[in-house]
Amino acid sequence: MKIEGKKLIWSEYQKDIPEDHYFYVRSCIRQNFFPASEKTFLDIVRNRLSLDFFETEHHTTCGGIAYHSDAIPQETLMTIVARQFALMTESGYSNYAASCITSFGIYNEILETWKESPEIETKVREMLWKACRREFKIPLHLSHASDIIYKLRDKIAEIGVNRLINIKTGEPLRVVEHIGCHYSKMFPSKGVGGAEYPVVLSGMVESWGGEIIDCPERRHCCGFGFRQYLIQSNRGYSLANTHKKFESMEPYKPDMIITNCPGCPYFLDRWQYVIKETQGKTYGENSQGIPVFTYEEVAGLILGYDPWDLGLQMHQTDVEPLLDKMGISYSSSDKYKLK
Amino acid sequence: MSEIMENYYEQLVQDHRFKEGLISCINCGTCTAICPAAEFYNYDPRTIANIVQSKDNEAIEALLKGEEIWYCGQCMSCVTRCPRKNAPGLIILALRDLSLKRGLFIESEKGRQQFAVNRVMSSNILNYGYCIYPRTFKHSMHPESGPVHEWIERNLDDVYKRAGGNLDGDGPGILRKIPAESLNELKKIFDITGATEMLEIVEKHSLKKAEELGMTPEEYFEYVFTTQEKEHSR
Repeated sequence: MKIEGKKLIWSEYQKDIPEDHYFYVRSCIRQNFFPASEKTFLDIVRNRLSLDFFETEHHTTCGGIAYHSDAIPQETLMTIVARQFALMTESGYSNYAASCITSFGIYNEILETWKESPEIETKVREMLWKACRREFKIPLHLSHASDIIYKLRDKIAEIGVNRLINIKTGEPLRVVEHIGCHYSKMFPSKGVGGAEYPVVLSGMVESWGGEIIDCPERRHCCGFGFRQYLIQSNRGYSLANTHKKFESMEPYKPDMIITNCPGCPYFLDRWQYVIKETQGKTYGENSQGIPVFTYEEVAGLILGYDPWDLGLQMHQTDVEPLLDKMGISYSSSDKYKLK
Repeated sequence: MSEIMENYYEQLVQDHRFKEGLISCINCGTCTAICPAAEFYNYDPRTIANIVQSKDNEAIEALLKGEEIWYCGQCMSCVTRCPRKNAPGLIILALRDLSLKRGLFIESEKGRQQFAVNRVMSSNILNYGYCIYPRTFKHSMHPESGPVHEWIERNLDDVYKRAGGNLDGDGPGILRKIPAESLNELKKIFDITGATEMLEIVEKHSLKKAEELGMTPEEYFEYVFTTQEKEHSR
Protein backbone atom coordinates (compact mmCIF):
# COMPACT_ATOMS: atom_id res chain seq x y z
CA MET A 1 0.00 0.00 0.00
CA LYS A 2 1.17 3.52 -0.79
CA ILE A 3 2.22 5.38 2.32
CA GLU A 4 -0.36 8.13 1.59
CA GLY A 5 -3.16 5.56 1.62
CA LYS A 6 -1.87 4.07 4.85
CA LYS A 7 -1.80 7.49 6.49
CA LEU A 8 -5.33 8.20 5.30
CA ILE A 9 -6.68 4.99 6.82
CA TRP A 10 -4.72 5.54 10.00
CA SER A 11 -6.11 9.06 10.33
CA GLU A 12 -9.52 7.47 10.93
CA TYR A 13 -8.13 5.90 14.07
CA GLN A 14 -6.68 8.88 15.82
CA LYS A 15 -7.62 8.91 19.45
CA ASP A 16 -8.01 11.76 21.90
CA ILE A 17 -5.64 10.90 24.77
CA PRO A 18 -5.46 13.36 27.66
CA GLU A 19 -2.01 13.60 29.24
CA ASP A 20 -3.09 14.48 32.74
CA HIS A 21 -5.60 13.94 35.57
CA TYR A 22 -6.32 10.24 35.50
CA PHE A 23 -7.98 7.72 37.77
CA TYR A 24 -5.51 4.80 37.51
CA VAL A 25 -6.71 1.20 37.71
CA ARG A 26 -4.27 -1.66 38.06
CA SER A 27 -4.04 -4.98 36.23
CA CYS A 28 -4.29 -8.34 38.00
CA ILE A 29 -1.76 -9.98 35.69
CA ARG A 30 0.66 -7.05 35.49
CA GLN A 31 0.74 -6.77 39.29
CA ASN A 32 1.49 -10.49 39.57
CA PHE A 33 4.10 -10.98 36.86
CA PHE A 34 5.50 -7.53 36.08
CA PRO A 35 4.79 -5.57 39.28
CA ALA A 36 7.62 -3.10 38.78
CA SER A 37 6.09 -2.06 35.45
CA GLU A 38 3.19 -0.38 37.23
CA LYS A 39 5.59 1.18 39.72
CA THR A 40 7.66 2.50 36.82
CA PHE A 41 4.64 3.85 34.97
CA LEU A 42 3.46 5.84 37.98
CA ASP A 43 6.99 7.03 38.72
CA ILE A 44 7.40 8.30 35.14
CA VAL A 45 4.09 10.14 34.96
CA ARG A 46 4.06 11.44 38.54
CA ASN A 47 7.68 12.11 39.36
CA ARG A 48 9.42 12.56 36.02
CA LEU A 49 6.62 14.39 34.19
CA SER A 50 4.68 15.87 37.14
CA LEU A 51 1.28 14.57 36.04
CA ASP A 52 -1.71 13.72 38.21
CA PHE A 53 -2.56 10.01 38.46
CA PHE A 54 -4.82 9.02 41.36
CA GLU A 55 -5.26 5.52 42.74
CA THR A 56 -7.54 4.15 45.46
CA GLU A 57 -6.96 0.92 47.34
CA HIS A 58 -10.68 0.17 47.00
CA HIS A 59 -10.57 -0.72 43.32
CA THR A 60 -10.52 -4.43 42.52
CA THR A 61 -10.16 -6.79 39.61
CA CYS A 62 -12.56 -5.93 36.79
CA GLY A 63 -13.36 -9.66 36.65
CA GLY A 64 -12.27 -9.85 33.01
CA ILE A 65 -10.30 -13.08 33.20
CA ALA A 66 -13.16 -14.75 35.06
CA TYR A 67 -15.64 -13.46 32.48
CA HIS A 68 -13.71 -14.62 29.42
CA SER A 69 -13.18 -18.00 31.11
CA ASP A 70 -16.92 -18.26 31.77
CA ALA A 71 -16.79 -18.13 35.57
CA ILE A 72 -18.96 -15.02 35.98
CA PRO A 73 -21.93 -13.72 33.96
CA GLN A 74 -21.75 -10.46 32.05
CA GLU A 75 -24.14 -8.77 34.49
CA THR A 76 -21.59 -9.37 37.25
CA LEU A 77 -18.75 -8.07 35.11
CA MET A 78 -20.70 -4.95 34.19
CA THR A 79 -21.57 -4.22 37.81
CA ILE A 80 -17.96 -4.63 38.97
CA VAL A 81 -16.91 -2.23 36.21
CA ALA A 82 -19.72 0.16 37.19
CA ARG A 83 -18.30 0.10 40.73
CA GLN A 84 -14.86 1.05 39.38
CA PHE A 85 -16.50 3.95 37.50
CA ALA A 86 -18.25 4.95 40.75
CA LEU A 87 -14.89 5.06 42.56
CA MET A 88 -13.58 7.29 39.77
CA THR A 89 -16.62 9.56 40.02
CA GLU A 90 -16.40 9.77 43.82
CA SER A 91 -12.70 10.68 43.52
CA GLY A 92 -13.53 13.62 41.26
CA TYR A 93 -11.96 12.27 38.06
CA SER A 94 -13.36 11.77 34.58
CA ASN A 95 -10.34 10.31 32.76
CA TYR A 96 -9.88 6.59 33.31
CA ALA A 97 -6.52 4.84 32.78
CA ALA A 98 -6.49 1.04 32.61
CA SER A 99 -3.28 -0.92 33.09
CA CYS A 100 -4.78 -4.04 31.53
CA ILE A 101 -5.75 -4.80 27.92
CA THR A 102 -8.38 -7.36 28.95
CA SER A 103 -9.94 -4.67 31.14
CA PHE A 104 -9.58 -2.08 28.38
CA GLY A 105 -11.45 -4.35 25.95
CA ILE A 106 -14.12 -5.03 28.52
CA TYR A 107 -14.62 -1.35 29.32
CA ASN A 108 -15.00 -0.61 25.60
CA GLU A 109 -17.41 -3.51 25.12
CA ILE A 110 -19.52 -2.44 28.09
CA LEU A 111 -19.62 1.23 27.09
CA GLU A 112 -20.61 0.30 23.53
CA THR A 113 -23.27 -2.10 24.84
CA TRP A 114 -24.73 0.60 27.05
CA LYS A 115 -24.81 2.98 24.08
CA GLU A 116 -26.62 0.39 21.96
CA SER A 117 -28.90 -0.81 24.77
CA PRO A 118 -29.49 1.91 27.39
CA GLU A 119 -31.85 -0.41 29.26
CA ILE A 120 -28.85 -2.60 30.16
CA GLU A 121 -27.02 0.41 31.63
CA THR A 122 -30.15 1.25 33.63
CA LYS A 123 -30.30 -2.30 34.97
CA VAL A 124 -26.60 -2.22 35.91
CA ARG A 125 -27.08 1.11 37.72
CA GLU A 126 -29.91 -0.50 39.70
CA MET A 127 -27.81 -3.56 40.56
CA LEU A 128 -24.86 -1.40 41.63
CA TRP A 129 -27.08 0.70 43.88
CA LYS A 130 -28.64 -2.40 45.39
CA ALA A 131 -25.25 -4.04 46.03
CA CYS A 132 -23.06 -1.06 46.94
CA ARG A 133 -25.20 2.07 47.24
CA ARG A 134 -22.96 3.72 44.64
CA GLU A 135 -23.62 5.80 41.53
CA PHE A 136 -21.32 6.64 38.66
CA LYS A 137 -20.64 8.85 35.68
CA ILE A 138 -19.28 7.34 32.47
CA PRO A 139 -15.62 8.31 31.91
CA LEU A 140 -15.09 11.16 29.48
CA HIS A 141 -11.92 9.49 28.28
CA LEU A 142 -10.85 5.87 28.49
CA SER A 143 -7.15 5.27 27.90
CA HIS A 144 -5.01 2.23 28.17
CA ALA A 145 -1.83 3.11 30.08
CA SER A 146 0.14 2.48 26.89
CA ASP A 147 -1.93 5.14 25.09
CA ILE A 148 -0.57 7.60 27.64
CA ILE A 149 3.04 6.49 27.19
CA TYR A 150 2.47 6.72 23.42
CA LYS A 151 1.23 10.29 23.89
CA LEU A 152 4.27 11.09 26.05
CA ARG A 153 6.77 9.16 23.92
CA ASP A 154 8.60 12.18 22.54
CA LYS A 155 8.88 13.79 25.98
CA ILE A 156 10.31 10.52 27.27
CA ALA A 157 12.77 10.48 24.36
CA GLU A 158 13.79 14.07 25.12
CA ILE A 159 14.68 13.38 28.73
CA GLY A 160 15.90 9.85 28.05
CA VAL A 161 19.51 8.76 28.46
CA ASN A 162 19.39 5.60 26.32
CA ARG A 163 18.15 4.81 22.83
CA LEU A 164 16.99 1.63 21.11
CA ILE A 165 20.26 1.65 19.19
CA ASN A 166 22.94 -1.02 19.08
CA ILE A 167 25.87 0.92 20.50
CA LYS A 168 28.41 -1.29 18.74
CA THR A 169 26.97 -0.95 15.24
CA GLY A 170 25.05 2.32 15.57
CA GLU A 171 22.10 0.58 13.93
CA PRO A 172 18.51 0.72 15.28
CA LEU A 173 17.54 -2.30 17.34
CA ARG A 174 15.11 -4.60 15.55
CA VAL A 175 11.89 -4.83 17.52
CA VAL A 176 8.85 -7.09 17.30
CA GLU A 177 5.82 -5.34 18.76
CA HIS A 178 2.91 -7.36 20.12
CA ILE A 179 -0.26 -5.36 20.60
CA GLY A 180 -2.52 -7.83 22.44
CA CYS A 181 -5.81 -8.88 20.87
CA HIS A 182 -8.26 -7.01 23.08
CA TYR A 183 -6.60 -3.64 22.53
CA SER A 184 -8.23 -2.96 19.18
CA LYS A 185 -9.45 -6.15 17.48
CA MET A 186 -12.97 -5.74 18.91
CA PHE A 187 -13.27 -1.96 18.70
CA PRO A 188 -10.64 -0.70 16.25
CA SER A 189 -11.52 2.96 16.73
CA LYS A 190 -10.63 2.73 20.44
CA GLY A 191 -6.98 1.90 19.82
CA VAL A 192 -4.34 4.23 18.39
CA GLY A 193 -4.15 3.25 14.72
CA GLY A 194 -7.00 0.75 14.92
CA ALA A 195 -6.67 -2.97 14.32
CA GLU A 196 -4.97 -2.70 10.92
CA TYR A 197 -2.23 -0.19 11.69
CA PRO A 198 -1.92 -0.01 15.47
CA VAL A 199 0.90 2.38 16.26
CA VAL A 200 0.66 2.49 20.03
CA LEU A 201 3.87 0.48 20.40
CA SER A 202 5.53 1.11 17.05
CA GLY A 203 5.19 4.85 17.74
CA MET A 204 7.12 4.42 20.99
CA VAL A 205 9.78 2.24 19.36
CA GLU A 206 10.37 4.65 16.49
CA SER A 207 10.45 7.64 18.81
CA TRP A 208 13.04 5.89 20.94
CA GLY A 209 15.30 4.98 17.98
CA GLY A 210 14.32 1.39 17.20
CA GLU A 211 13.13 -0.27 14.01
CA ILE A 212 9.90 -2.26 13.79
CA ILE A 213 9.87 -5.73 12.23
CA ASP A 214 6.80 -6.45 10.11
CA CYS A 215 6.70 -10.25 10.38
CA PRO A 216 3.78 -12.35 9.05
CA GLU A 217 2.31 -13.32 12.42
CA ARG A 218 2.77 -9.87 13.92
CA ARG A 219 -0.92 -9.69 14.89
CA HIS A 220 -1.38 -13.32 15.93
CA CYS A 221 -2.59 -13.98 19.48
CA CYS A 222 0.06 -14.78 22.11
CA GLY A 223 -2.07 -17.80 22.97
CA PHE A 224 -3.39 -16.92 26.43
CA GLY A 225 -6.88 -18.08 25.52
CA PHE A 226 -8.16 -17.66 29.11
CA ARG A 227 -9.42 -21.19 29.94
CA GLN A 228 -6.92 -22.50 27.36
CA TYR A 229 -4.15 -21.50 29.77
CA LEU A 230 -5.90 -21.58 33.15
CA ILE A 231 -6.51 -25.32 32.79
CA GLN A 232 -3.29 -27.30 32.67
CA SER A 233 -4.46 -29.87 30.11
CA ASN A 234 -5.36 -27.07 27.66
CA ARG A 235 -1.99 -25.36 27.66
CA GLY A 236 -0.87 -26.95 24.39
CA TYR A 237 -3.11 -24.33 22.74
CA SER A 238 -1.25 -21.52 24.44
CA LEU A 239 2.18 -22.95 23.67
CA ALA A 240 1.30 -23.67 20.01
CA ASN A 241 0.28 -20.06 19.42
CA THR A 242 3.41 -18.62 20.98
CA HIS A 243 5.50 -21.13 19.00
CA LYS A 244 3.84 -19.97 15.78
CA LYS A 245 4.76 -16.38 16.54
CA PHE A 246 8.39 -17.20 17.29
CA GLU A 247 8.77 -19.29 14.14
CA SER A 248 7.38 -16.35 12.19
CA MET A 249 9.67 -13.72 13.73
CA GLU A 250 12.86 -15.83 13.84
CA PRO A 251 14.08 -15.13 10.26
CA TYR A 252 13.90 -11.38 10.92
CA LYS A 253 16.44 -11.67 13.76
CA PRO A 254 14.69 -9.50 16.34
CA ASP A 255 16.71 -8.03 19.18
CA MET A 256 13.70 -7.74 21.47
CA ILE A 257 9.92 -7.90 21.80
CA ILE A 258 7.83 -5.07 23.25
CA THR A 259 4.32 -5.86 24.48
CA ASN A 260 1.15 -3.98 25.31
CA CYS A 261 -0.96 -6.47 27.24
CA PRO A 262 0.08 -7.65 30.73
CA GLY A 263 -0.39 -11.34 29.90
CA CYS A 264 1.35 -11.52 26.52
CA PRO A 265 4.89 -10.87 27.85
CA TYR A 266 4.42 -13.65 30.41
CA PHE A 267 3.52 -16.15 27.67
CA LEU A 268 6.12 -14.96 25.16
CA ASP A 269 8.74 -15.09 27.93
CA ARG A 270 7.83 -18.37 29.61
CA TRP A 271 6.92 -20.44 26.55
CA GLN A 272 10.40 -19.69 25.13
CA TYR A 273 11.72 -21.52 28.19
CA VAL A 274 9.35 -24.45 27.55
CA ILE A 275 10.26 -24.65 23.86
CA LYS A 276 13.93 -24.72 24.86
CA GLU A 277 13.37 -27.43 27.48
CA THR A 278 11.09 -29.61 25.38
CA GLN A 279 12.50 -29.15 21.87
CA GLY A 280 15.99 -27.88 22.53
CA LYS A 281 15.30 -24.87 20.35
CA THR A 282 16.35 -21.41 21.47
CA TYR A 283 15.41 -18.29 19.55
CA GLY A 284 17.52 -15.16 19.34
CA GLU A 285 21.14 -14.34 18.67
CA ASN A 286 23.68 -16.86 20.00
CA SER A 287 20.79 -18.98 21.28
CA GLN A 288 20.26 -16.58 24.17
CA GLY A 289 16.52 -16.18 23.69
CA ILE A 290 14.64 -13.08 22.56
CA PRO A 291 14.12 -10.78 25.55
CA VAL A 292 10.49 -9.76 26.07
CA PHE A 293 9.53 -6.46 27.68
CA THR A 294 6.51 -4.51 28.79
CA TYR A 295 6.29 -1.00 27.34
CA GLU A 296 6.82 0.43 30.83
CA GLU A 297 10.07 -1.51 31.14
CA VAL A 298 11.28 -0.18 27.79
CA ALA A 299 10.34 3.37 28.76
CA GLY A 300 12.23 2.82 32.01
CA LEU A 301 15.33 1.66 30.14
CA ILE A 302 15.18 4.74 27.89
CA LEU A 303 14.96 6.91 31.00
CA GLY A 304 17.93 5.20 32.64
CA TYR A 305 16.25 3.23 35.43
CA ASP A 306 18.32 0.41 36.91
CA PRO A 307 17.25 -2.86 35.21
CA TRP A 308 16.67 -4.60 38.54
CA ASP A 309 14.55 -1.66 39.78
CA LEU A 310 12.46 -2.33 36.67
CA GLY A 311 11.93 -5.91 37.86
CA LEU A 312 13.70 -7.48 34.87
CA GLN A 313 15.01 -10.21 37.18
CA MET A 314 11.44 -11.58 37.22
CA HIS A 315 11.76 -12.59 33.55
CA GLN A 316 12.65 -16.17 32.66
CA THR A 317 14.32 -15.25 29.36
CA ASP A 318 17.44 -13.26 30.18
CA VAL A 319 17.33 -9.57 29.32
CA GLU A 320 21.09 -9.01 29.48
CA PRO A 321 21.70 -9.48 25.72
CA LEU A 322 19.46 -6.46 25.06
CA LEU A 323 21.01 -4.42 27.88
CA ASP A 324 24.47 -5.11 26.41
CA LYS A 325 23.35 -4.02 22.94
CA MET A 326 21.96 -0.77 24.37
CA GLY A 327 25.10 -0.19 26.41
CA ILE A 328 23.22 -0.17 29.71
CA SER A 329 25.43 -0.94 32.68
CA TYR A 330 24.13 -3.33 35.31
CA SER A 331 25.42 -5.40 38.15
CA SER A 332 25.08 -9.14 37.54
CA SER A 333 25.65 -9.83 41.22
CA ASP A 334 22.75 -7.56 42.17
CA LYS A 335 20.25 -9.27 39.87
CA TYR A 336 18.66 -11.53 42.45
CA LYS A 337 19.41 -9.42 45.51
CA LEU A 338 16.30 -8.98 47.58
CA LYS A 339 17.22 -6.11 49.85
CA MET B 1 -36.57 -34.75 19.61
CA SER B 2 -37.56 -34.91 23.26
CA GLU B 3 -41.01 -33.49 23.98
CA ILE B 4 -39.64 -31.47 26.87
CA MET B 5 -36.69 -30.07 24.95
CA GLU B 6 -36.76 -26.31 25.33
CA ASN B 7 -36.26 -23.92 22.44
CA TYR B 8 -32.60 -23.09 22.79
CA TYR B 9 -32.60 -20.48 20.04
CA GLU B 10 -35.23 -18.50 21.92
CA GLN B 11 -33.05 -18.69 24.99
CA LEU B 12 -29.99 -17.53 23.05
CA VAL B 13 -31.69 -14.46 21.62
CA GLN B 14 -32.40 -13.30 25.18
CA ASP B 15 -28.64 -12.77 25.45
CA HIS B 16 -27.70 -9.44 23.88
CA ARG B 17 -24.26 -10.83 23.02
CA PHE B 18 -25.93 -13.36 20.78
CA LYS B 19 -27.94 -10.67 19.02
CA GLU B 20 -24.84 -8.54 18.54
CA GLY B 21 -22.76 -11.56 17.55
CA LEU B 22 -25.06 -13.04 14.93
CA ILE B 23 -26.26 -10.41 12.51
CA SER B 24 -26.16 -12.42 9.31
CA CYS B 25 -23.62 -15.14 8.68
CA ILE B 26 -22.83 -15.68 4.98
CA ASN B 27 -20.80 -18.80 5.72
CA CYS B 28 -17.67 -17.40 4.11
CA GLY B 29 -15.36 -19.01 6.66
CA THR B 30 -13.22 -15.93 7.24
CA CYS B 31 -13.63 -16.41 11.01
CA THR B 32 -12.28 -19.94 10.75
CA ALA B 33 -9.38 -18.80 8.60
CA ILE B 34 -8.22 -16.25 11.18
CA CYS B 35 -9.08 -18.30 14.28
CA PRO B 36 -6.12 -19.51 16.41
CA ALA B 37 -8.38 -22.14 18.00
CA ALA B 38 -9.41 -23.51 14.59
CA GLU B 39 -5.75 -24.02 13.77
CA PHE B 40 -5.12 -25.98 16.96
CA TYR B 41 -8.39 -27.70 17.84
CA ASN B 42 -10.90 -29.57 15.73
CA TYR B 43 -12.91 -26.37 15.73
CA ASP B 44 -14.79 -24.38 13.12
CA PRO B 45 -16.55 -21.17 14.19
CA ARG B 46 -18.16 -20.93 10.75
CA THR B 47 -20.06 -24.15 11.38
CA ILE B 48 -21.13 -22.99 14.83
CA ALA B 49 -22.48 -19.70 13.45
CA ASN B 50 -24.30 -21.66 10.76
CA ILE B 51 -25.87 -24.07 13.26
CA VAL B 52 -27.23 -21.35 15.54
CA GLN B 53 -28.43 -19.37 12.53
CA SER B 54 -30.32 -22.45 11.30
CA LYS B 55 -32.26 -22.54 14.62
CA ASP B 56 -31.99 -26.35 14.51
CA ASN B 57 -32.81 -27.12 18.13
CA GLU B 58 -31.27 -30.59 18.22
CA ALA B 59 -28.07 -29.33 16.62
CA ILE B 60 -27.91 -26.44 19.09
CA GLU B 61 -28.40 -28.86 21.98
CA ALA B 62 -25.55 -30.95 20.61
CA LEU B 63 -23.36 -27.83 20.68
CA LEU B 64 -24.35 -27.13 24.29
CA LYS B 65 -23.42 -30.69 25.27
CA GLY B 66 -20.34 -30.89 23.06
CA GLU B 67 -16.67 -30.03 23.19
CA GLU B 68 -16.48 -27.40 20.44
CA ILE B 69 -17.89 -24.36 22.19
CA TRP B 70 -15.14 -24.64 24.82
CA TYR B 71 -12.30 -24.48 22.27
CA CYS B 72 -12.52 -20.73 21.59
CA GLY B 73 -9.69 -18.71 23.18
CA GLN B 74 -11.68 -15.46 23.19
CA CYS B 75 -9.04 -13.53 21.25
CA MET B 76 -11.84 -12.00 19.16
CA SER B 77 -9.74 -11.97 15.99
CA CYS B 78 -12.95 -13.10 14.24
CA VAL B 79 -14.64 -9.82 15.18
CA THR B 80 -12.12 -7.75 13.24
CA ARG B 81 -12.29 -9.91 10.14
CA CYS B 82 -15.96 -10.83 9.68
CA PRO B 83 -17.19 -9.03 6.53
CA ARG B 84 -20.73 -8.93 7.94
CA LYS B 85 -19.81 -7.64 11.41
CA ASN B 86 -20.75 -10.83 13.17
CA ALA B 87 -18.85 -11.80 16.31
CA PRO B 88 -18.48 -15.58 16.65
CA GLY B 89 -16.55 -15.01 19.90
CA LEU B 90 -19.69 -13.43 21.39
CA ILE B 91 -21.91 -16.24 20.07
CA ILE B 92 -19.59 -18.63 21.91
CA LEU B 93 -20.00 -16.70 25.17
CA ALA B 94 -23.79 -16.92 24.86
CA LEU B 95 -23.65 -20.66 24.07
CA ARG B 96 -21.34 -21.35 27.01
CA ASP B 97 -23.55 -19.34 29.34
CA LEU B 98 -26.61 -21.35 28.30
CA SER B 99 -24.70 -24.63 28.57
CA LEU B 100 -23.69 -23.75 32.13
CA LYS B 101 -27.18 -22.57 33.14
CA ARG B 102 -28.77 -25.78 31.87
CA GLY B 103 -26.09 -28.02 33.35
CA LEU B 104 -25.23 -29.36 29.89
CA PHE B 105 -21.55 -28.47 30.30
CA ILE B 106 -21.18 -31.63 32.37
CA GLU B 107 -21.62 -33.73 29.22
CA SER B 108 -18.26 -32.69 27.72
CA GLU B 109 -14.66 -33.05 28.86
CA LYS B 110 -13.86 -29.41 28.12
CA GLY B 111 -17.11 -28.25 29.73
CA ARG B 112 -16.35 -30.15 32.93
CA GLN B 113 -13.18 -28.08 33.30
CA GLN B 114 -15.43 -25.24 34.44
CA PHE B 115 -15.37 -26.69 37.95
CA ALA B 116 -11.64 -25.99 38.26
CA VAL B 117 -11.87 -22.61 36.52
CA ASN B 118 -14.64 -21.51 38.88
CA ARG B 119 -12.93 -22.66 42.05
CA VAL B 120 -9.72 -20.80 41.19
CA MET B 121 -11.41 -17.63 39.93
CA SER B 122 -14.10 -17.30 42.60
CA SER B 123 -11.63 -17.97 45.40
CA ASN B 124 -9.16 -15.39 44.10
CA ILE B 125 -11.80 -12.72 43.45
CA LEU B 126 -13.87 -13.13 46.60
CA ASN B 127 -10.99 -13.71 49.03
CA TYR B 128 -8.44 -11.29 47.62
CA GLY B 129 -10.13 -9.07 45.01
CA TYR B 130 -7.88 -10.23 42.16
CA CYS B 131 -8.38 -12.73 39.33
CA ILE B 132 -4.78 -13.84 39.79
CA TYR B 133 -3.10 -13.68 43.18
CA PRO B 134 0.54 -14.58 43.84
CA ARG B 135 0.01 -16.71 46.95
CA THR B 136 -2.35 -19.01 45.02
CA PHE B 137 -0.44 -19.03 41.70
CA LYS B 138 1.75 -22.04 42.39
CA HIS B 139 4.69 -23.29 40.36
CA SER B 140 3.40 -26.83 40.96
CA MET B 141 0.25 -25.96 38.98
CA HIS B 142 2.22 -23.82 36.50
CA PRO B 143 5.56 -25.55 35.84
CA GLU B 144 5.93 -23.55 32.62
CA SER B 145 6.41 -20.45 34.78
CA GLY B 146 9.99 -21.66 35.00
CA PRO B 147 12.81 -21.68 37.52
CA VAL B 148 12.44 -17.93 37.94
CA HIS B 149 9.00 -18.49 39.34
CA GLU B 150 10.32 -21.06 41.80
CA TRP B 151 12.70 -18.34 42.99
CA ILE B 152 9.83 -15.84 43.17
CA GLU B 153 7.68 -18.29 45.10
CA ARG B 154 10.45 -19.09 47.60
CA ASN B 155 11.05 -15.38 48.25
CA LEU B 156 7.58 -14.04 47.56
CA ASP B 157 7.38 -11.15 50.00
CA ASP B 158 10.93 -9.94 49.37
CA VAL B 159 10.65 -10.21 45.57
CA TYR B 160 7.48 -8.13 45.48
CA LYS B 161 8.92 -5.63 47.93
CA ARG B 162 12.06 -5.29 45.77
CA ALA B 163 9.82 -4.71 42.73
CA GLY B 164 7.97 -1.90 44.49
CA GLY B 165 4.97 -3.96 45.51
CA ASN B 166 2.71 -3.61 48.53
CA LEU B 167 1.76 -7.28 48.80
CA ASP B 168 -1.07 -7.62 51.35
CA GLY B 169 -0.22 -4.15 52.69
CA ASP B 170 -2.52 -1.32 53.67
CA GLY B 171 -3.28 1.61 51.38
CA PRO B 172 -2.95 1.72 47.59
CA GLY B 173 -0.28 0.00 45.55
CA ILE B 174 0.69 -3.18 43.78
CA LEU B 175 -1.13 -6.24 45.17
CA ARG B 176 -2.31 -4.26 48.21
CA LYS B 177 -4.70 -5.90 50.62
CA ILE B 178 -8.06 -4.89 49.25
CA PRO B 179 -10.12 -3.61 52.19
CA ALA B 180 -12.76 -5.92 53.68
CA GLU B 181 -15.57 -3.49 52.86
CA SER B 182 -14.61 -3.60 49.18
CA LEU B 183 -14.47 -7.42 49.20
CA ASN B 184 -17.92 -7.38 50.82
CA GLU B 185 -19.17 -5.22 47.96
CA LEU B 186 -17.80 -7.74 45.46
CA LYS B 187 -19.63 -10.53 47.27
CA LYS B 188 -22.88 -8.55 47.18
CA ILE B 189 -22.39 -7.91 43.47
CA PHE B 190 -21.88 -11.67 42.96
CA ASP B 191 -25.09 -12.40 44.87
CA ILE B 192 -27.25 -9.78 43.16
CA THR B 193 -26.05 -10.21 39.58
CA GLY B 194 -26.21 -13.99 39.31
CA ALA B 195 -22.56 -15.01 39.72
CA THR B 196 -23.21 -16.82 43.00
CA GLU B 197 -26.10 -18.72 41.46
CA MET B 198 -23.99 -19.71 38.43
CA LEU B 199 -21.16 -20.88 40.68
CA GLU B 200 -23.64 -23.00 42.64
CA ILE B 201 -25.04 -24.56 39.47
CA VAL B 202 -21.57 -25.60 38.30
CA GLU B 203 -20.66 -26.89 41.78
CA LYS B 204 -23.89 -28.93 42.03
CA HIS B 205 -23.47 -30.69 38.68
CA SER B 206 -19.73 -31.15 39.18
CA LEU B 207 -19.98 -32.66 42.63
CA LYS B 208 -22.67 -35.03 41.37
CA LYS B 209 -20.35 -36.07 38.55
CA ALA B 210 -17.48 -36.51 41.00
CA GLU B 211 -19.66 -38.78 43.10
CA GLU B 212 -20.57 -40.84 40.02
CA LEU B 213 -16.87 -41.25 39.31
CA GLY B 214 -16.13 -42.15 42.93
CA MET B 215 -13.92 -39.09 43.41
CA THR B 216 -13.61 -36.57 46.21
CA PRO B 217 -14.06 -32.91 45.14
CA GLU B 218 -10.27 -32.47 45.36
CA GLU B 219 -9.63 -35.55 43.20
CA TYR B 220 -12.22 -34.33 40.70
CA PHE B 221 -10.53 -30.91 40.58
CA GLU B 222 -7.21 -32.57 39.80
CA TYR B 223 -8.90 -34.79 37.22
CA VAL B 224 -10.56 -31.99 35.23
CA PHE B 225 -7.51 -29.74 35.62
CA THR B 226 -4.94 -32.19 34.28
CA THR B 227 -6.62 -34.97 32.32
CA GLN B 228 -7.28 -35.16 28.61
CA GLU B 229 -8.91 -38.40 27.55
CA LYS B 230 -10.37 -37.38 24.19
CA GLU B 231 -8.51 -36.18 21.11
CA HIS B 232 -9.32 -32.50 20.59
CA SER B 233 -6.55 -31.29 18.33
CA ARG B 234 -6.30 -31.35 14.58
